Amino acid sequence: MTQTTPKIRIRGLRKAFGPKVVLDGIDLDVMPGTSMVIIGGSGSGKSVLLRCILGLIPADAGTIEIDGVDVLSLPTRRREAVIETIGMLFQNGALFDSLSVWENVAFGLLAAGRRHGKRPSRAEARATAGRVLEQVGLDPSVGALSPSELSGGMQKRVGLARAIAGQPDILFFDEPTTGLDPIMGAVIDGLIVDCVRKLGSTAIAITHDMASAQRIGDQAAMLYKGKLIWQGPATSLLNSGNPMVDQFTHGRREGPISMELRR
Amino acid sequence: MNAVLDFIAALGRAALNLVRTAGALTLFGVAALSHLVRPPFYWRIFFGALIEIGFFSLPVVALTALFSGGVIALQSYTGFAQYHAQGAIAGIVVLAVTRELGPVLAGLMVAGRVGAAMAAEIGTMRVTDQIDALTTLSTNPMKYLVTPRLLAGTIALPCLVLVADILGVLGGFVVSVVKLDFSAPAYIAATFTAVKTIDVTVGLAKAAVFGFLITLMGCYHGYTSRGGAQGVGSATTAAVVAASILLLASDYLLTDVFFSQ
Repeated sequence: MTQTTPKIRIRGLRKAFGPKVVLDGIDLDVMPGTSMVIIGGSGSGKSVLLRCILGLIPADAGTIEIDGVDVLSLPTRRREAVIETIGMLFQNGALFDSLSVWENVAFGLLAAGRRHGKRPSRAEARATAGRVLEQVGLDPSVGALSPSELSGGMQKRVGLARAIAGQPDILFFDEPTTGLDPIMGAVIDGLIVDCVRKLGSTAIAITHDMASAQRIGDQAAMLYKGKLIWQGPATSLLNSGNPMVDQFTHGRREGPISMELRR
Repeated sequence: MNAVLDFIAALGRAALNLVRTAGALTLFGVAALSHLVRPPFYWRIFFGALIEIGFFSLPVVALTALFSGGVIALQSYTGFAQYHAQGAIAGIVVLAVTRELGPVLAGLMVAGRVGAAMAAEIGTMRVTDQIDALTTLSTNPMKYLVTPRLLAGTIALPCLVLVADILGVLGGFVVSVVKLDFSAPAYIAATFTAVKTIDVTVGLAKAAVFGFLITLMGCYHGYTSRGGAQGVGSATTAAVVAASILLLASDYLLTDVFFSQ
């Protein structure tokens, strides 16, 4: 595999829910080891894009290649093996509230071990979970708590720990700083950057938060009405030269993007 | 004319919806059952569900059965005394409890308690992305959430019904002996004369079917719930209502198969 082959290559991806077209022929390349940030308004299809890649929502048309293999055409078993190489941080954490924090973090490790017939013991899994919790700045003693006993920022960190515990090749972040104060948001962004660098993973993050987008991303793209209308370096997000991106990143009310509001 | 056509169209939509739901439910059940023979099996989830359904439902099922047995004895007495047929009361109580009241009342109690809780738990997992998270963590949600619960429900309800049968008969015995002045040895002898093995075994078989249906409804409505708290609330209600109706309908069918001569 050469470095010029994208880690994730999407072509002509289309998804509609009834008459509403959410993704309308998306073409996107994410190179190995880079972080791609996708911005866009609420309901623009950012989360649907990630869910299509993960196979949580079936795409209507198009191809999604990971390491050159079209995952949409793979049989279930092989597709599950590909998904196993992806870690995901959900917007609201999506921690399993019936399990303790350490069981959440070790869940993927135990599941993967079970699939491959070399399941670690619970003691080993707990020790690993403790080490991963330390990586995201949490004391291993937090592992004994229930997710409901944690603050929003701590839940995000546990979600991040769960996503990176299996040392995935690819990481997805769905609105990683939503609902957090600016300082905690910056802390989470820092942890994400550290984790992605340490693991050498390829990452896709979707966010509304421009500060976060610039901290996390190497590359950026904007999704509007189901199409990617701009791609470029994340550093040029605030002065992209594209009037739509500029309106969005500067939060201007007037501009080419018209909000569909009923007055 | 338009009103008639609208009415027919509404009926058609309802019928199509019913067929669609029945198809989806069948596929859901078959998919869940297929995971029984495909490893891994999540024993921790299974035993957790077994305790939740079997052990924690015990007080409510026991009390319901105890009082129901007593009520049947009292009601039978008031009716049968007019014809000097009080001697049949022990038989009436044991047959009513083992054939019908034990399985049906235990099933309805469990549907209200466990079916609702399952729908709420799985529904909350659905709307908070926990089910999607399972998929991203190499875990089939159907295998993890549904299959162990279905098996636990199918096993736990017969155990509960066995307890309900004993307590239901005990309730009838206590009322008959203490309040109606029946002879205890005669009542016990009449009970054992009236009851046949098939009465108990068919009751337990009914309970297994009810347990499967209750957990299937709880899991299905929770798994397919949408739209936040309101969606979870609707799923919970739908799970209990659907389980109760299916339970009574299947009770009729099973009774017809096993007992109608």
